[in-house]
Amino acid sequence: MDTTLKLKINNLPQLFAALQSRGYTTVGPTLRDEAIVYDRIDSADELPIGWTDEQAPATYRLKKRDDNAYFGFNATPQSWKRYLYPPQRKLFSIKKNGKSLELLEEKDSNVKYAFIGVRSCELNAIMVQDKVFNSNEYKDDSYNSIRKNLFIAAVNCTQAGETCFCVSMKTGPKARSSFDLALTEVLTENEHYFVVEIGSENGASIMAQVDAAAVNENEIEEADKIIRQTESTMKRSMETADLPELLSENLEHPHWDEVAKRCLTCGNCTMVCPTCFCSTVEDVTDLAGQNAERFRRWDSCFTMDFSKVAGGSFRISPKSRYRQWLTHKLSSWVEQFGTSGCVGCGRCITWCPVGIDITAEVQAIRGVETQSEGSFGQQKGV
Amino acid sequence: MSGRRRSGKPKVAVFKFASCDGCQLSLLDAEEELLGVAEAIDIAFFPEASRRMLKGPYDIGIVEGSITTPNDVEHIREIRKSCGALITIGACATAGGIQALRNWKDIKDFIRIVYTSPEYISTLDRSLPIGSFVHVDFELRGCPINKYQLIEVINAFLHKRKPNIHTHSVCVDCKLKGNVCVMVAHGTPCLGPVTQSGCGAICPAYNRGCYGCYGPMESPNTSALAGQFSELGETRRDISLAFRGFNAYAEAFRRESEAHEK
Repeated sequence: MDTTLKLKINNLPQLFAALQSRGYTTVGPTLRDEAIVYDRIDSADELPIGWTDEQAPATYRLKKRDDNAYFGFNATPQSWKRYLYPPQRKLFSIKKNGKSLELLEEKDSNVKYAFIGVRSCELNAIMVQDKVFNSNEYKDDSYNSIRKNLFIAAVNCTQAGETCFCVSMKTGPKARSSFDLALTEVLTENEHYFVVEIGSENGASIMAQVDAAAVNENEIEEADKIIRQTESTMKRSMETADLPELLSENLEHPHWDEVAKRCLTCGNCTMVCPTCFCSTVEDVTDLAGQNAERFRRWDSCFTMDFSKVAGGSFRISPKSRYRQWLTHKLSSWVEQFGTSGCVGCGRCITWCPVGIDITAEVQAIRGVETQSEGSFGQQKGV
Repeated sequence: MSGRRRSGKPKVAVFKFASCDGCQLSLLDAEEELLGVAEAIDIAFFPEASRRMLKGPYDIGIVEGSITTPNDVEHIREIRKSCGALITIGACATAGGIQALRNWKDIKDFIRIVYTSPEYISTLDRSLPIGSFVHVDFELRGCPINKYQLIEVINAFLHKRKPNIHTHSVCVDCKLKGNVCVMVAHGTPCLGPVTQSGCGAICPAYNRGCYGCYGPMESPNTSALAGQFSELGETRRDISLAFRGFNAYAEAFRRESEAHEK
């Protein structure tokens, strides 16, 4: 079988049907509350056909397109994280039987998700979370039980969003690996089709159930041209050279105080970030004291409870909390996981209610640092 | 503590000051959980629910309402002495409530306008939270409180564990639920980023901005949010009024509302 195929738009429903016939729950983009969100969708009709989004710091607007593109939009309000790593999950229950305690472990999920429309930045984010939840030292059974059954139908970006900066992070806009299928939507005056790249045996076997034709050189070139155009029109970027060192050497940079004046410490950036993985553990009891349950719940380094130890929280100032997030994401993450924690999806920029822009904050630290290296040099290590 | 627990169950009393009764009613509103609550605690004093009114001391005192009269001040001090743990519930008890709007005006003017014989009225010039007068062991926020949070606090007290009551922003709850942010996606001003969670992010789930019913979150940056409201086209008056709701007299909201007056 060819590794690249042409899937006509009218045959897209067959892809849904093929996946469902293999027991997959199909999840993809759809319209809700004036946004394009990921949700369970059962058919191609539920895709946001003819819709797009316009994004800017602290602004997201759903707009009608002047064509019928199926994937003509950019990053959704939240990532796929909530499917692989649900916001809240019961870990176990304890039941009191007389004087003894019975532990009932929560069974791992056996759900089979097929994600339709995973963008390259998001695919990279999933790979980052794989490193976190499936490292040699720590394995998160809950995550891995969902991850191992996952089918990924990636979609290459055919336009650059205003807050996107994947090109500079080397995470997009074209999916390079770790997918089962990668689709590029081509919409010309006469034709509407996907160039489908097969990335796994499972992907090939699904495509065998779908009416797809051979693709010619021109069609492949057309798809590549669209992706190159996405790349060349991406305006935002983050300079990553020496970034881990830059940040770790500037922990007392005056710019942290400047960001803290704007930062709401609301935690939105961490919640929408596709790689942020922090959680807390909470115990609940029933009133009679016969049953207890332990839950895992998403947490954020912006909450006070996150750094609470005996005696109180140690990151009291908003400055220390923003700095913790940014330096972990872009600096100590590299040391910890061998990769940056940022994939350039731009969600933290769009969904920050006051529009704090991670690329601009990094630039400010970089800029001022270069200008007055001498004076800050003295403060290093404070 | 000996002598308090005749039934072996903690003796609980519910008291009311200036308030609408909505918060204490949420205990009765607990329906499915109510029998469990009644099994676990001895409701010794709860005039709104029962004529049985046992004398103190009590293990837990649950207090609703704000302090508005000299008599209230004496009463809350007596209550404090008679209760092992004192839990205040609702925006009135924790921030002075909607009636704290009077704190910005001269109380004598109100008395003159409202009452035909103002000389009989004995009141304080401000409506203040319980914590302004006595030590409070736990403040449960909300207008009204969330009944599940009240049960959680009682439950945690019974089992000597920390209550799972979060002090972070409403935004965290919105994101856990999967709500689309109304401020970013619709341009609707929302107090969620500076408001403590607890309601379950109800308003944003129905495409409305947060009204701040649970008061300021743990580290509210109200001025940055007010700046964003201004970007969204809100006037100074709109911004001042947004912060002047049920928790108007809570420090952070009070300061921000005053900063945008006139």
